[in-house]
Amino acid sequence: MAGLMSRTSNVISAWISKLLDRAEDPSVTLDYSYERQREQLQNVKKGVADVVTAKKRLELQTAKLEQEVVKLEGQARQALGAGREDLARGALERKALAQQQLQGLDQQATDLEAQQQKLIEAERRLAAKVEAFRSQKEVIKAQYSAAEAQVRIGEAASGIGEEMADTGLAIERARDKTEQMQARAGAIEELTEAGTLEDMTGTGGSELDRELAQISASHQVDDELARLKGELGAGQEKKELEQ
Amino acid sequence: MIVRLMGEGQYRVSDDLRDRLSELDDLAGAAAEADDEPELDGHLDQMWELVRAEGEKLPDAELSPSDAVIPPSDLTLAETRRLMSAEGFIPDLPAE
Repeated sequence: MAGLMSRTSNVISAWISKLLDRAEDPSVTLDYSYERQREQLQNVKKGVADVVTAKKRLELQTAKLEQEVVKLEGQARQALGAGREDLARGALERKALAQQQLQGLDQQATDLEAQQQKLIEAERRLAAKVEAFRSQKEVIKAQYSAAEAQVRIGEAASGIGEEMADTGLAIERARDKTEQMQARAGAIEELTEAGTLEDMTGTGGSELDRELAQISASHQVDDELARLKGELGAGQEKKELEQ
Repeated sequence: MIVRLMGEGQYRVSDDLRDRLSELDDLAGAAAEADDEPELDGHLDQMWELVRAEGEKLPDAELSPSDAVIPPSDLTLAETRRLMSAEGFIPDLPAE
């Protein structure tokens, strides 16, 4: 007994031989097998295309996150300028965490790139096998007795079934990987969003946004108070002088 | 016999290579039993290297099923164990 793949192909070839046992005319089954293989090949192509799309989306998301991390430093500077070292520290802490997570994401992206290349090769291999089956089935139909044909078909079909199962598993693993990466990117997004300065006055702002907005507002209030005090003071002095 | 490197295609291996793979496969099986993932990964990597270096890659259009499947070392122990049978990755085939 071997690994999962051999077992899977055994299951598939058992299924196919069962199908063949029932069939009156092996040539009908051959055409049916080929049609099924073509359908499955389409599913594999779609699966590979989905992984490629998900990977591209992740690349865009990562690029955006890198920009957000840079923004956090600007915010730290702003907070420090306002004399709020606590806020600056918070922003820098988030920046450090987000950067660590981004590095992890980069590693996963490299792994996914390698997986994607393998998937594309697997798809090509599978297409070549399905094509080989198409030409072999014509030879089998023309040259072999029903009993011999059955043996040859069973073997060819289980060879293809094995390749299908292997490619299917590879697609599943790549899909799992993109999901992990999406979760990681989502976590980084939350980290950076807690600090973004967009929409300072709006309702969507984070705690840091609000605190920075408050500082800036309270600075403005201080400035205005000082100005008013200055005006009042000047007025008072003038009055005193006049008296 | 024909061996599949999971996710990478099929290779034809000589009887001599098959025997060496079987030895490594026993060690890999023992490492998996002992939950020793680094050890397991090491054996799997060695098996992959041997097959790649000394096996003969089957053409894409070849339709033969494999006699054995070797999982990659980047599978987790849990995933690998799921794929593994009592006899290991390489079945004990009767000598031809």
